[in-house]
Amino acid sequence: MSSPDTREVILEARELTREFDGVKALDRFSFKLHRGEVLGLLGANGAGKTTAMNCLLGLTLPTSGELNAFGMPLQANRIEILRRANFSSAYTALPGNLLVWQNLSVFAGIYGVPNPKQKIAELMELLEIAHLQKRVTGQLSAGESTRVNLVKAFLNDPELLMLDEPTASLDPDIADKVRKVVRKVQRERNIGILYTSHNMRDIEEVCDRVIFLHKGKIVCEGTPADIVAQSSSSSLEDVFIKIARDGEIVDEPEKEKAS
Amino acid sequence: MNFYVIRALVMRYLFLYQRTPMRLVELVFWPLVDLVIWGNVTVFIQKNSDEKFASFVLFFLGAMILWDILFRAQQGVAISFLEDVWTRNLLNVFVAPVRTMEYLSATYIVGFLRILVTFVVMSVVSWFGYKFNVFQLQWWLLPFFLNLMIFGWSLGMISTALILRWGQAAESLAWAVPFFIQPFVAVFYRVEDMPAWSRPFAWLFPATPIFEGMRHVMDTGSASWSMLGLSFGLNALYLTLAGMLFVRVLNITRKRGLLTKFATQ
Ligand SMILES: Nc1ncnc2c1ncn2[C@@H]1O[C@H](COP(=O)(O)OP(=O)(O)O)[C@@H](O)[C@H]1O
Ligand SMILES: [Mg+2]
Repeated sequence: MSSPDTREVILEARELTREFDGVKALDRFSFKLHRGEVLGLLGANGAGKTTAMNCLLGLTLPTSGELNAFGMPLQANRIEILRRANFSSAYTALPGNLLVWQNLSVFAGIYGVPNPKQKIAELMELLEIAHLQKRVTGQLSAGESTRVNLVKAFLNDPELLMLDEPTASLDPDIADKVRKVVRKVQRERNIGILYTSHNMRDIEEVCDRVIFLHKGKIVCEGTPADIVAQSSSSSLEDVFIKIARDGEIVDEPEKEKAS
Repeated sequence: MNFYVIRALVMRYLFLYQRTPMRLVELVFWPLVDLVIWGNVTVFIQKNSDEKFASFVLFFLGAMILWDILFRAQQGVAISFLEDVWTRNLLNVFVAPVRTMEYLSATYIVGFLRILVTFVVMSVVSWFGYKFNVFQLQWWLLPFFLNLMIFGWSLGMISTALILRWGQAAESLAWAVPFFIQPFVAVFYRVEDMPAWSRPFAWLFPATPIFEGMRHVMDTGSASWSMLGLSFGLNALYLTLAGMLFVRVLNITRKRGLLTKFATQ
């Protein structure tokens, strides 16, 4: 067992439940995210990862349960919390009809970033996309636009970052670059990140701790190494497949014999 | 309310117009077409009427210009929102620290800027093309402008709420909402010319006293203060109700989890 994390809790869900038409997309889901920690949310398609993030961003209201960020109840302090947080997903985009620098200036303005020009240039440099400033956002490749989205996500120096499948649709080379830069910025600025991905390589490289979800419920949690050790599998990928199919992490011995 | 948030949101729309000048064509082209049609009709009527009526009938052009204030304000609000839907940007905005009031204010300002463009173009063309001077409305023009714009904002919020609730299928409503009320607000005719059953409805809308007032000023050089008061009063009511509707629908959308489906579809 790893020793308990003594860092400040910046995000906490207690018994978070979200129903859609009587079906529980999240079922009494509880977790804590600490300052400077990267927490991976894993699970098959439909496990409830995006729903969890949407609740945490205040986009969807939970059916029941409690949400706190930076020690404040989320719903009542939404704007103040969002000022200190940010989000990026493979499934949203910045307006395709504007130039990259225009989009980033708009969001720098919304987040009240001081010295926006310098900040944008700095982050674009860091993500190796400085040459894209004057390009039309809608004409970028998937890899380029993911990195532009990440610049937007880092603009306000967030203390809390939600990344929903940031590496989806990236080739292995770009995915590797994105992971490395996320990890680098995260370490430098001590950001707490909630990270979802279907790419186990992502998870092993980026996440300090992971939670496996199945049908909205936590199946297991721990460091990637812990989880592999707990299971009878040889890799995180095998654990993932096992949970996706059976909803549990270890085979029950009786079942094994019976089959 | 944070001024810099509103400024950033408005900047986004200005970038949009700068990037795609075709949008400006839309702002200028349709109003001109309308103006020319009504202008020519006016000329025809003028040729076939006595002198006094001939000068009065120019109110068609005034009506056209004032109607466009209402229409552009409504479009400014509704289209600004749709623009975020079309570009899948809605989620980025909703997870940013943007208050509903800040978001709406930005759309109001965009509405105002759109009006300014069409208003200038139409005023100039109606003067040089048809000898109609919109400034003959004198200082009355100011409260007329203000009231029509505010009513346009309210209609814009109602359109936006409909789209939020029923998704992009309701998009065509965004365009149609002003035209649902157009027959009742006596744009091109007097309330007393309307069928008797429909007259009471006319006074439910803040735009009616303005169009009546415009004709009154053109006819007598002055309008009625109590009519103006009625318009402001109704506007205050509409703006409040439309704002409440918008916030309510936004909350329902959050509760049902429709916001995210809708914003990324
Ligand atoms: N707005 C919604 N309306 C109805 N059902 C939804 C909605 N959003 C998510 N769901 C359902 O909730 C479950 C979890 O979905 P989601 O959180 O997107 O999963 P994941 O991100 O892990 O793939 C799925 O069964 C999905 O169909
Ligand atoms: Mg998902």
